[in-house]
Amino acid sequence: MDEMHKPSRRAFLRGSAAVAAGTVAGAASAQSADPLITDVQDWASITGAGVDETPYGMPIEYESHVVRRNVEWLTASPISSINFTPIHALEGTITPQGCAFERHHSGAIEMKKDDYRLMINGLVDKPLVFTYADLERFPRENHVYFCECAANTGMEWAGAQLNGVQFTHGMIHNMEYTGVPLRALLNEAGLGAAGDLRDKWVYVEGADASSNGRSIPMEKALDDVLVAFKANGEALRMEHGYPVRLVVPGWEGNMWVKWIRRIEVSDTPTESREETSKYTDVLEDGIARKWTWVMDAKSVITSPSPQMPIEHGKGPLVISGLAWSGHGQITRVDVSKDGGITWETARLGKQGDTKALTRFYHDINWDGAPMLLQARAMDETGYVQPTKEQLRDVRGENSVYHNNCIQTWYVNAEGIAENVEVS
Amino acid sequence: MSKSPNILLPALGVTGIVLGGAYGTMTRGYKADEAEIARAHAQAAQAQLVEQRAMASDLKTQIAMVQDTAKAKIAELEARPAASASLTAPAPEREGAFGLGREALVEELAAWDVDVLPDGRGLPIGTGNALDGEELFADRCAACHGDFAEGVDNWPVLAGGFNTLADEDPVKTVGSYWPHLSTVYDYVYRSMPFGEAGTLSPDETYAIVAYILYSNDLIDDEFELSNKTLGSFEMPNKDGFVIDDRPEAEYAAWSAEPCMSNCKDEVTVTMRSVFLVNTPEDGGSESVINDATPEGLPSFTAAGASFIPEAEAQPKAAEEVAAVAAEEPVNEAAELIAAGDKVFKKCKACHAVGAGAKNKSGPQLNALMGRKMGSIEGFKYSKVFKAAAEKGRTWDATSLSEFLAKPKAYMKGTKMSFSGLKKDSDLEAISAYLASFSE
Repeated sequence: MDEMHKPSRRAFLRGSAAVAAGTVAGAASAQSADPLITDVQDWASITGAGVDETPYGMPIEYESHVVRRNVEWLTASPISSINFTPIHALEGTITPQGCAFERHHSGAIEMKKDDYRLMINGLVDKPLVFTYADLERFPRENHVYFCECAANTGMEWAGAQLNGVQFTHGMIHNMEYTGVPLRALLNEAGLGAAGDLRDKWVYVEGADASSNGRSIPMEKALDDVLVAFKANGEALRMEHGYPVRLVVPGWEGNMWVKWIRRIEVSDTPTESREETSKYTDVLEDGIARKWTWVMDAKSVITSPSPQMPIEHGKGPLVISGLAWSGHGQITRVDVSKDGGITWETARLGKQGDTKALTRFYHDINWDGAPMLLQARAMDETGYVQPTKEQLRDVRGENSVYHNNCIQTWYVNAEGIAENVEVS
Repeated sequence: MSKSPNILLPALGVTGIVLGGAYGTMTRGYKADEAEIARAHAQAAQAQLVEQRAMASDLKTQIAMVQDTAKAKIAELEARPAASASLTAPAPEREGAFGLGREALVEELAAWDVDVLPDGRGLPIGTGNALDGEELFADRCAACHGDFAEGVDNWPVLAGGFNTLADEDPVKTVGSYWPHLSTVYDYVYRSMPFGEAGTLSPDETYAIVAYILYSNDLIDDEFELSNKTLGSFEMPNKDGFVIDDRPEAEYAAWSAEPCMSNCKDEVTVTMRSVFLVNTPEDGGSESVINDATPEGLPSFTAAGASFIPEAEAQPKAAEEVAAVAAEEPVNEAAELIAAGDKVFKKCKACHAVGAGAKNKSGPQLNALMGRKMGSIEGFKYSKVFKAAAEKGRTWDATSLSEFLAKPKAYMKGTKMSFSGLKKDSDLEAISAYLASFSE
């Protein structure tokens, strides 16, 4: 191969020219002394940045490629659009807020805490209005949960489409939320007026121009839904609903209403635009499923992947990935290197939290031969992540949403990975 | 550890007393004869022995004390995890209210509680028909949805698509897909027009909804849509939905212990990624068609890959990208134009510029500088732009910057749903960029 092409191709795949620098030298084969060790480097001699140089720190410039990215042609306007978390380059399970995916229906709005109002009305004993300060006086909880857009991996229904795990699986983030249980606020307004709660609903609505609204059955509303005002220890970011958003653990991201301004107790679902014309799943016969709220168990290998080629050649290789389930804890992840003929059980980084991302690892000694890498998650209900074929057999190819298929990366002998479909 | 000095000090104290005693016995025999000295030594040794025994006994007591303390400490530490686990608890519930918040006022409820339920509850009093709606739709909706609700660019198609839901590419419109008419009223009234939500009156909303129904051939142009007729209107796809049946259709079948070995005989690649995705340093992404085919890739069996292909079986498109990377900006003006190109991404959804640019939901922007405002033939301008055209106002770097900083303030009533560029550097760059398309 032409040496001039190799770096540029890799730069293309990684999106970073930095990769072009030589990466061949192995630790065991140094022929001459390493000047990084034998020469006194600038950083070991002159002084560095003082404290307060950046009062709120950003990642070092060498990590500037680890950012959210959009795919422009997917939507009509970036104001009503989505971008993707760089999950290929992240590790562990917590998503930093600054690179956690965004989805807006009419843009991210700037609202002051002082201007925030939350109304609870409908079938309640007393309709109430809370300020932000009021919310901070209710007993609060902390929980780590994943938030996945129902359309994550949606492009892939029609076959392998986008070459990068950021783009096939990046409509997800995982944060530690601080907030007030929704049931505490409902209790404050009083549910006596609602009578039998089993067939009641809450309708939740955002303060932005899209006024995104969704209906949630009362059973879920009284279970684990949080009215959250912090994520990962700090205030929510504007793009994630500052100052207050709803957290609906394990359920599709569209229900996690941002800038939440109103909660209405109702005797019927509202059947809003977002729960009828969108976020419903058309089956092969043209009939559509509605109220498909739960995000089923899913996993994906984040490295190696198209944006994370193997650059060190044969030998020890860490296969790293993420698994999650809207039904509870991930209990097991299996990894295949041959497209699903043989499976080996991966190591979980740590026992996963319920409805939160779990990191898994498979540590292998790569022989340099091509691989068809797959991961397959199981959750506490015993559910096993399906193949694309299994999903299509039941749903056809037009569901758009809720594609939790097993993903395949073809890794060639050079360590370059590509999104493929297999027999 | 911090407690050890307290425990050891008494022990040293005892030793000091014992040694002092032995020394005293010896000094009494100073200058005595050897026998006396020997006897004194013997006595001293015996005394020392007695004292040492006492000391040893004392040390044993001390050790026992230390051990007891340690045992207590260990017991305390062992008890601690259990204690802290029981300290973790959900936020406490409360019988009755905390007394937080205040009662919502009637006018506040009226302002925010405007959602409409499928049976029509929540509809405001009002009426409208497709004839009234046609003009409103052209003015307020057509920029994105098209004059006939057919959709412009990637914006939603609102009409047609009947009998396509089981096709390869279903066309999901208000007519073909939406199960409840209440949803259309609710969404248009609260969330539309895009960028001007909440500005339609109930009558205008009824008229626009009527026009959308008319575009779908669901009503004639005399049909009066109102709070009385809307709730009972039946949409064609009202029975087209089933409640989530994954538990029955999928979960039971997909919960068996999975296969671990020899699960298939052979696996081949059937499809390669349609797009390669370039991820430029300045953000975003560029999708490039992948020319590679599955041909030439190995198949897999339990023994692994059938062969190791040569390097050419990799995703292709590298040369195009290398060429893009080679286009380095040559000077400051070029850099400014390049920066403007990036800013223009925010405009691209609605505006085209460059060779062959056509009107999209916004007018094409070639030769903009010096152009009369509102002057592109065939583009449906808002009233404010028509007025500007009549006054003969033109675009230049100043007017463009003022407009783009706050479009709705500068051109009150513009259909452009863009909130504005905040940075002066972006305004300068976009002007330079657009000025570079002089023809």
